[in-house]
Amino acid sequence: MSDQPAPQSLRTEAIEALLVERKLLTPEDIDTVLTTFSEQVGPMNGATLVARAWTDEAFKTRLLEDATTIIQEYGFEGGQVDKLVVKACTESVHHVVVCTLCSCYPWAVLGLPPRWYKDPGYRSRIVREPRAVLQEMGLTLPETTAIKVWDSSAEIRYMVLPLRPPGLEALDETALTALITRDAMIGVAAIEQRA
Amino acid sequence: MDGIHDLGGQSGHNALGYSRDEPVFKARWEATVFAMVQACARAGAYQNIDQFRHAVERIDPQAYLEHGYYGRWLGAVETLFVEAGILTTLEITERACALGAGGDDLIAARPGHDVNQVAGYPAMRISAAGARSFKIGDPVQTAQDAPLGHTRLPGYARGKLGSITACQGLWPYPDLRAHGHGEQSQPLYTVTFNSLDLGFTEVFELNLDLFEPYLTRPEDQK
Repeated sequence: MSDQPAPQSLRTEAIEALLVERKLLTPEDIDTVLTTFSEQVGPMNGATLVARAWTDEAFKTRLLEDATTIIQEYGFEGGQVDKLVVKACTESVHHVVVCTLCSCYPWAVLGLPPRWYKDPGYRSRIVREPRAVLQEMGLTLPETTAIKVWDSSAEIRYMVLPLRPPGLEALDETALTALITRDAMIGVAAIEQRA
Repeated sequence: MDGIHDLGGQSGHNALGYSRDEPVFKARWEATVFAMVQACARAGAYQNIDQFRHAVERIDPQAYLEHGYYGRWLGAVETLFVEAGILTTLEITERACALGAGGDDLIAARPGHDVNQVAGYPAMRISAAGARSFKIGDPVQTAQDAPLGHTRLPGYARGKLGSITACQGLWPYPDLRAHGHGEQSQPLYTVTFNSLDLGFTEVFELNLDLFEPYLTRPEDQK
């Protein structure tokens, strides 16, 4: 990074000043955004659902049938989710989510999308060569695993229920939650067992 | 509309820039842009997500690729504030230059006043809701043409064969809502494609949520 502020930063500052003068924006509005998306809305919400689905078969069934009702029950908010659909990975099927036209993403369960999800590389390539892209991202799938790509072209948002790795029987829901990453719920990573 | 935003399947954007950890906002100005988009909605400069998406699609294409996500939002929010008559391009540029911006900096915003008259798919393609209702298992052919306005049928899936795998009920129709023509809800379907039918060489299944006006029965094409 150079010391010069980005042109976008200066233009933002200019518009911000004009909007503040017109009483359409306050500095507190910006602080609220920072707090909301740094502390309240994030992948921990999705991880809570995944850990419970891994340990509670009836909950998993409900999650796959009607995730929208479940996130309402949990009170997960943050916009961008009128309807949530959860797709469960199995030994034979892997799911991965994208939005090629913009950057639609299930904010209420995963927070704001990471930079790579919004950039041209992922958006152009994951619908053309998902197996190669996933491998480049560090996820090598067996040849026998089929890939299903979900391009979020309307208002339905998709989240992936990752495969539960074997050997975690001793862990409770809280300990499991800590293993579940944002990237696994987008479908670009597997769950890793940390020692 | 055809545009830089319709990235699916395009070649040439090879780098993934993948990182497992990064801050939610890289700099404060990104959070400021986020708050400005909320302020823009409160001020009535846009009424729905499709209008906002269409403003992003209309920014300078070079800026679209180079300015990042919040740079694109900045271009869109400036476009909308100027089109709503709340701010002018001149006053923004003067203020930015006073803060140290260069006179030849690439500005992402592309405000225009005629664009809201341009609808997406022609109204004649819209059936009364449910009139052409498809059911699960039906084969469908996607529309071949690219409307001038906003649409949610990606270029890579135009003129392709797929099948209905879920019926998602009625949803506001983006092609009209983006242009201020009301919700005009249409049936939405999940359509599943075989990657080979999309012209790709890797074998996988691809799913899109598509509105009824984008779809016809394959036999109607003959």
